[in-house]
Amino acid sequence: MPLVPEIDYGTPASRSDKLVTLTIDGREVTVPEGTSIMRASMEAGIEIPKLCATDMVDAFGSCRLCLVEIQGRAGMPASCTTPVAPGLVVSTQTSRLKDVRRGVMELYISDHPLDCLTCAANGDCELQDMAGAVGLRDVRYGYDGENHVRARNDGAINIKWQPKDESNPYFTFDASKCIVCSRCVRACEEVQGTFALTIEGRGFDSRVSAGQHEAFVASECVSCGACVQACPTATLTEKSVIEIGQPEHSVVTTCAYCGVGCSFKAEMRGEELVRMVPWKDGQANRGHSCVKGRFAYGYSTHRDRILNPMIREKISDPWREVTWEEAYAHVASEFRRIQYQYGRDSIGGITSSRCTNEETYLVQKLVRAGFGNNNVDTCARVCHSPTGYGLGQTFGTSAGTQNFDSVEQTDVVIVIGANPTDGHPVFASRLKKRLRQGAKLIVIDPRRIDLVKGPHVQASYHLPLRPGTNVAVVTALAHVIVTEGLYDEKFIRERCDWSEFEDWAGFVSEERHSPEAVETLTGVPAELVRGAARLFAKGGNGSIYYGLGVTEHSQGSTTVMAIANLAMATGNIGRPGVGVNPLRGQNNVQGSCDMGSFPHELPGYRHISDDATRETFEKLWGVKLNNEPGLRIPNMLDAAVEGTFKGIYIQGEDILQSDPDTKHVSAGLAAMECVVVQDLFLNETANYAHVFLPGSTFLEKDGTFTNAERRINRVRRVMTPRNGFADWEVTQKLAQAMGLAWNYSHPSEIMDEIAATTPSFALVSYDYLEKMGSVQWPCNEKHPEGSPIMHVDGFVRGKGKFIRTEYVATDEKTGPRFPLLLTTGRILSQYNVGAQTRRTDNVVWHDEDRLEIHPHDAEDRGIRDGDWVRLASRSGETTLHALITDRVSPGVVYTTFHHPDTQANVITTDFSDWATNCPEYKVTAVQVSPSNGPSDWQVEYDEQARRSRRIAGKLEAAE
Amino acid sequence: MNLPVSGEVASRTLSIVTAMKGAEGPLLPILHEIQAEFGYVPQDSVPVIARELNLSRAEVHGVVTFYHDFRDHPTGRHVLKLCRAEACQSMGADAVAARVKALLGIDFHQTTLDGAVTLEPVYCLGLCSCAPSAMLDGEVHGRLDATAAAELVREARR
Repeated sequence: MPLVPEIDYGTPASRSDKLVTLTIDGREVTVPEGTSIMRASMEAGIEIPKLCATDMVDAFGSCRLCLVEIQGRAGMPASCTTPVAPGLVVSTQTSRLKDVRRGVMELYISDHPLDCLTCAANGDCELQDMAGAVGLRDVRYGYDGENHVRARNDGAINIKWQPKDESNPYFTFDASKCIVCSRCVRACEEVQGTFALTIEGRGFDSRVSAGQHEAFVASECVSCGACVQACPTATLTEKSVIEIGQPEHSVVTTCAYCGVGCSFKAEMRGEELVRMVPWKDGQANRGHSCVKGRFAYGYSTHRDRILNPMIREKISDPWREVTWEEAYAHVASEFRRIQYQYGRDSIGGITSSRCTNEETYLVQKLVRAGFGNNNVDTCARVCHSPTGYGLGQTFGTSAGTQNFDSVEQTDVVIVIGANPTDGHPVFASRLKKRLRQGAKLIVIDPRRIDLVKGPHVQASYHLPLRPGTNVAVVTALAHVIVTEGLYDEKFIRERCDWSEFEDWAGFVSEERHSPEAVETLTGVPAELVRGAARLFAKGGNGSIYYGLGVTEHSQGSTTVMAIANLAMATGNIGRPGVGVNPLRGQNNVQGSCDMGSFPHELPGYRHISDDATRETFEKLWGVKLNNEPGLRIPNMLDAAVEGTFKGIYIQGEDILQSDPDTKHVSAGLAAMECVVVQDLFLNETANYAHVFLPGSTFLEKDGTFTNAERRINRVRRVMTPRNGFADWEVTQKLAQAMGLAWNYSHPSEIMDEIAATTPSFALVSYDYLEKMGSVQWPCNEKHPEGSPIMHVDGFVRGKGKFIRTEYVATDEKTGPRFPLLLTTGRILSQYNVGAQTRRTDNVVWHDEDRLEIHPHDAEDRGIRDGDWVRLASRSGETTLHALITDRVSPGVVYTTFHHPDTQANVITTDFSDWATNCPEYKVTAVQVSPSNGPSDWQVEYDEQARRSRRIAGKLEAAE
Repeated sequence: MNLPVSGEVASRTLSIVTAMKGAEGPLLPILHEIQAEFGYVPQDSVPVIARELNLSRAEVHGVVTFYHDFRDHPTGRHVLKLCRAEACQSMGADAVAARVKALLGIDFHQTTLDGAVTLEPVYCLGLCSCAPSAMLDGEVHGRLDATAAAELVREARR
């Protein structure tokens, strides 16, 4: 198996429809207008030598290696910066060009170390390749003069030399190998949009500098890896390549972190992963990556991984390692015993948004067909269930309407309740690129997120609302749009129900919804709301991107509907550049919802009470299905506390850490008799488990993930599962132990079953995905190539539905005891509960959760930056370090939830969305006060966690 | 990046940037003003300029380091620049430079111990017809010889 080939065309593709024909080295070449001569040549298979050009960034024309001669034109223009023109006759190789190129190379090499044999880039160095291509045989200048190569020149210190910067945990910067081609600087600017790199100095003094001549890790660098990818030499090199050597084969797979679903090439040496490189043909990421997907895969071989199944009688016992057979038999007999003793509905399962579609499908199938009930739920319950409900009601499908490419054509973007630069970094980079081209941005968020203001990005409007007032703000936007006549009547008459619109318009027009009327409630100046509404309605293609800051509220579903109303009223649905786009948190949270993970829905969002749908599955599975929806996660926990729910199979989710009101979750788990946890690590939930089944990573299995744009991406196995089995195999064995006659030999067979039963997946198969790369559902007879954009010719549900969105304040209110509002979020380097990223070098950037607090609130309480503070709510309390910043408004505090020793969810309450039970993570009334250190609860929890992780016969795992 | 504006340098920088950032292409004028204010461009000014102009620190650093006239450290009370470009060299600039260095007791890029004079090379003052030339605190001097150089040093020393 070789490396997946990727051709570097030198300059980006042109989007022009107009074609131009020219002659290059005697060959006729036809390319779109605006294409560079370099790219046109490469498309014709003629490789022009180059160093500073690469197709991820715009042409720069500095290396002078790609010169060509054009008949009738003077001189030797650079082919990268010269666009094609009709009838040009270009020569890429003449004796004059050869001499010039060789001369240029001589100059480069005269200031470059000659250590190719021991260089990490040996075998993957463009400088080396070009020296070969131009036939460099001699360097007439010698190597003795001024240079950046040697630490000492004839014993004297060489001030031009710079030691290697190894501060970044994942890559090194060796300035002595730098040819100052600027590719890294341009990649950081154009691709990533961080602008962390520059060329400092001038002339021979020029060199690459991170920040203000700082170590990479101290600079603005976000470690996305774009510079490393762009570097043609060993100047920027992955430490893993330095350690292991060049990869010999690669496999295209999909990242298992956020919902962007980036395609990567896993570059391997044997079964060892050398590096993950973003795949240029990846349709979600277009060759870009972030620090997590690019570098943070070390958890897959972390020593904390549990590789053998384990059992214990009581959760106070140490774990006992057992064989897989013993584990399956134990779970099967326990589950059957519990069902016999407490009834059929006393057990259930939780599917994972981190596992593949196929694995999720199997877990829900196990619950429905094996357990004989519908007690299956998934972590989308606590994140995007309101999206499913809200968009289902208004548009008819429970998913985002666009592909990520759509952002390239948008003119006005609303980002609400999302922090893309941290949560969805690759999407954020694509968005920032569009913003730099002139698109306008409106941010609705209590916190001043990075997108509000940063290098070359400035939101036109930032509406810093009080947490919990989303509905009031979005309805106020609608008020302005309707009362000022800014709505798109033609669109509404064509696509939506006009009478429903009239009803809704009447509702939002009421004076009590005006920006002025809700100003005291939301804290957003009315003028900002009016300005934002006018901009969105009249600024061209308007798109809305939102995250958990919308859904995780008591009115999460209402806000989703309000957003949908806004999009419909302004006619922003059904074409590129517009739409309603939920930014899904986990790699396969879209997929887990699609696969029927909810207690009331079978795969493809079909209600369990629908006889025809049930019949399809009953026929195939050979069982009778229960037509009553089962329990949701919070209901399961309630039932457990009440004593009617006794057993649960949890695949790849840490509900103890991620679900709200930790104490309630732990009480529920503790009340069960058989908790089965399948995971990579002994996570927090496993502290309450009786059976632990080792999980496998995305590198160890075949399958598919579905990202936020409904794109079904292949996941490919690149190494043998360290625990022995892929997760789907474990679920299958478990099902067999419970007496089900399952016999899948490969995940593709599971996908075939999904396609056969679920209309929106009808044409999906592994062969088809192989051919297409990826497809976006619905993918069926009507949409054989998938659906990049939805609702193109009309809404899926028929007519778009406007729904009244009445603002109802949450019951979680501030008062004298709890005067501040806590809201939560994430940070770039860490992911979710941190189980994976905490086990990588990403902790360099974020090794603890900190409480962001406004300087005024801090001063009132005598809190200084870095102090321990006690954070208390009605539910509980925890302690953490304070970070004083004016990013948050007075009255609002903010923290992340990546670290289990903080347990931010001890604080959050059990209030939830009225429609879907999605917990209200984003609003909790709290008090903050100085503290001396960890709370009693934290100390106690820590001790309990430590004890519950003991494994008989093994030394205590240190974490 | 979310550095609070604290400290003397940051607040003085902020008032300069705030006053000038409305202009078109404000970075270079701001840097000149900062240098006029502090005598150099302090490291701590850069984050403030970057934040206020929606640039990265790296970008501002790149601009500051590109121009030799922007300094990253304070100079002596007077700055004496000697032209080292071709025309001046051909008219004896090297001898003048040697003389000036001997009189001041410092090399290029150095400042006399009493903090009076900083000596810097410059590559062309556009005064080739009067080579060899020099510039003292922004004022140009031409047709230098040993005597004129000594005179210039005396003036700088004052």
